[in-house]
Amino acid sequence: MSLVDASAAESLAELAAGRVSAVELTEACLAQIDAHDERVGAFLHVRREAALEEAAGIDRRRAAGESLGALAGLSVAIKDNMCLRGETTTCASRMLADFRPPYDATVVDRLRAADAVIIGKTNLDEFAMGGSTENSALGETRNPWDLGRAPGGSSGGSAAAVAARMVPLAVGSDTGGSIRQPAGLCGVTGMKPTYGRVSRRGLVAFASSLDQIGPLARTAEDAALLLEALAGHDPRDATSVPRKVPAYREGLAKPLKGLRVGIVPEQFAAGLDAQVEASVREGLRVLESLGATIREVALPHSAAGVATYYIIAPCEASSNLARYDGAHYGFRSESTEPTRDAHSREEDNPLVSMYRRTRAGGFGAEVKRRIMLGTYALSAGYYDAYYLKALRVRRLIRQDFDRAFAEVDLLAGPVTASSAFELGEKVDDPLAMYLVDLFTVGANLAGIPGISIPCGFDEGGLPIGLQLQAPPFEEECLLRAAHQFQTATDWHQRRPPL
Amino acid sequence: MSAPYTIVIGLEVHVQLATQSKLFCGCSTKFGAPPNTQTCPVCIGMPGVLPVMNRRAFELALQAATALDCQIASFTKWDRKNYYYPDLPKGYQISQFDLPFSHAGHLDIDDPDSPGNSHRVGIIRVHLEEDAGKSMHDEVAGQADSRIDLNRTGTPLLEIVTEPDLRSPQQAHVFLNEMKLLLTYLGVSDCNMQEGSLRVDANINLHIDADGEKVATPIVEVKNMNSFRAVERALDYEAGRQYDVWQETGQRLGDVPKQTRGWDEAAEVTRGQRHKEESSDYRYFPEPDLAPVTVDDAQRQGVRDVLGELPAALRTRLQQEFALTPYDADVLVGQGRELVDYFLAVAETSGDGRLASNWVQQYVLRTLNEQAIDIGDYGVAAEQLGDLVRRVAAGELDTGRGREVLADMLASGKPAAEVISARGIEQVDASELETLCRELLAANPKIVDDIKAGKQKAVGALIGQAKKMNPNVNPGQVRELCLQLADTM
Ligand SMILES: [Zn+2]
Repeated sequence: MSLVDASAAESLAELAAGRVSAVELTEACLAQIDAHDERVGAFLHVRREAALEEAAGIDRRRAAGESLGALAGLSVAIKDNMCLRGETTTCASRMLADFRPPYDATVVDRLRAADAVIIGKTNLDEFAMGGSTENSALGETRNPWDLGRAPGGSSGGSAAAVAARMVPLAVGSDTGGSIRQPAGLCGVTGMKPTYGRVSRRGLVAFASSLDQIGPLARTAEDAALLLEALAGHDPRDATSVPRKVPAYREGLAKPLKGLRVGIVPEQFAAGLDAQVEASVREGLRVLESLGATIREVALPHSAAGVATYYIIAPCEASSNLARYDGAHYGFRSESTEPTRDAHSREEDNPLVSMYRRTRAGGFGAEVKRRIMLGTYALSAGYYDAYYLKALRVRRLIRQDFDRAFAEVDLLAGPVTASSAFELGEKVDDPLAMYLVDLFTVGANLAGIPGISIPCGFDEGGLPIGLQLQAPPFEEECLLRAAHQFQTATDWHQRRPPL
Repeated sequence: MSAPYTIVIGLEVHVQLATQSKLFCGCSTKFGAPPNTQTCPVCIGMPGVLPVMNRRAFELALQAATALDCQIASFTKWDRKNYYYPDLPKGYQISQFDLPFSHAGHLDIDDPDSPGNSHRVGIIRVHLEEDAGKSMHDEVAGQADSRIDLNRTGTPLLEIVTEPDLRSPQQAHVFLNEMKLLLTYLGVSDCNMQEGSLRVDANINLHIDADGEKVATPIVEVKNMNSFRAVERALDYEAGRQYDVWQETGQRLGDVPKQTRGWDEAAEVTRGQRHKEESSDYRYFPEPDLAPVTVDDAQRQGVRDVLGELPAALRTRLQQEFALTPYDADVLVGQGRELVDYFLAVAETSGDGRLASNWVQQYVLRTLNEQAIDIGDYGVAAEQLGDLVRRVAAGELDTGRGREVLADMLASGKPAAEVISARGIEQVDASELETLCRELLAANPKIVDDIKAGKQKAVGALIGQAKKMNPNVNPGQVRELCLQLADTM
């Protein structure tokens, strides 16, 4: 088995036994990136020298008998919407193409504390807005299973990097499915933890009440390993929850006997691709064979999930992205030609002209669309009908999950209605793109954890994902079910034909 | 003749809270640092940063609102107020919109329009928000360069909104004085208008009695007032201007959009400020980065417990305990808590509150004003002044000699007793005094005759002579005794 095929857990054991060095592992990842990333396009920035230096430092410390962090020597890729001090953090936007933050995100602090080797920053939809990574202004990412197809998004770079074995572990962010959906479409394991489980400090905000950082890996065990390093209370994030982080890996071996799994009949209705349905149902049978019982539960308001999400997320985004105005950092239009007010046709003053030109030139079409949606929905006279109503529906969706979880321990179903779509297929149809989030937005609106694991392949050889969701802070249960599933299946072991 | 209208004024006051650090980050709030040296990624709105509430700011805000008799909400949340301006780096201000932490309070003032009576001014709400930065516009040689200083960005700011309960510019002035006094007593703010830690906007219109019909003129918001005096003068001017405009145009409330006018201090006029056609839409929505704040009864009580004695209660106590006039009590309380504490110590040591009040007002305050110092820097300890005042009250020395002693005490830092004995001041006993007076009268038969003829003023000439013979004599006693003895001669 080559070094890049080993799981993170296996590599840790090899490192501990001295059979491999951190430098060797890092070099193997870099070689894999060199071999394939020109075509895959997972990375926006590879930290070749810095990563090798970090790896060498870890090897030295290990040789000196020093105690090392839980991820010592493992390469990790980070989605490029998380701040890395002094290094470009672009959010795949022209607006921040040259932006270097003066501080590290809390997850970066934690990765450094765990002695992980940060190998580079991965591509995403601009400001994490999108479901295909095609909204990146800085590069194109392709699905390693079919280079003509999208990797999903917005954490498409992180998912593709893991799928292509460029890195065993990657960090993504999930606002409406942005970890789980690309994980499903790229055939890897990806988890969105409970809202508040991982600090958002240093994650460039898209929709603050929905954003959550989580792990991508090839196995549930590796995801558990990474989540354990990332999770925990951060006093500098007021929405982070002061709750002890369980030793996720320790509970993985516990059998699933007696686990109550719920399915939502609507998720298997028209619109679900037949091959996806077949694989997901097969996945359910695997869970049953492991001792779980399956029953139907209702999520009556789930149909309103996408509509609710596409009001709340743009509203928050319109405010979060107001800071990119050219005044303080990032892109600024150099044009001094005055702009005109859309209504009065009067010439704008130089400041307003600078704002308009900067934002017109710095943001891509999808980001502008969402800023406009959100600005509209928050405007006087529309606020009650849109934003306030969406908040009410959000509460109902949360209640649906609460009721369902009174009856079952986990929910199981598809991640997406179909496997990876072709590049360009949906870019001109924002609504079709938004519906890709149908099965995933619920977890963000309710703040609950969800995981996507490979459960099969369609006839075109494209991976199919199974989504499991759990009550708040039941990541342990999710990871255990996913791990047990992976002991009984080998979908997660397949290699893309690169 | 009184004006044919009623003036209606409401105030919106912004007060910087006296915290060490900003509302949502750890940066210093100290005034006067070089531009942009008290900033961090959080307060300059870098990508990915998150706010964390400063508990101390919330405590100070609770104290201020409680002292204004506001209701403290059990549940309060933060909202984002969205607008674009270069001194607002996030593109939104974290403020409070529909659920402020406090509402429905009041502050009683001594009514300048009806002396001796108190006037109650309702407080609609008090909320907490972050301050914006400062824009400095250089317009050199036709270039309109702007510079931004973000040191102030994120400083905790209290917004206090009054009901339109003020009926004259003078009332507005007195209200501001009283509110500033209250807030400085609490120590929640230094209320320094020059440093921008207190800012006032005023809404004003007139209710005109026009042939039996009440007519309201359009409400105008007045800004740019740099002192309480400026507030009073701007509102005076604005009331007159609105009456003139009404007579000219007959415009009523609702006929024209609300106008904002700026006070031009030099020209002593208000001038219309450019206003947008549509009113600004701030697109408020709940701040998702911060948790709502809850306040329980124990916390409310805890705040009441630390408030201490507030100006209004202190004035009453000074009048009741020390028999001070309302005027004297007001002067002392108006000087701030430290001076009141000084007075209280003088009053206690001397055992004579009214005399202590006189001495503190006439001699101590004069020195403080002349030297522009605070009571904390005054050279005579309260107990020492109290000892001196006690001796004056007991007739050990007269006021004039007392003042000389105080001057010595101030210069030397020595206690009263020491200065008194160094100056050879000792009480003249009764027989000694009588001997002295008899000698004087015997030597001045003309004055004795004048006194007998009813010209009591004539005795004044003797007092001067008595002091030359013995500087320790008490002029009052000399006067009384001489008059008494002259009558028996
Ligand atoms: Zn700061």
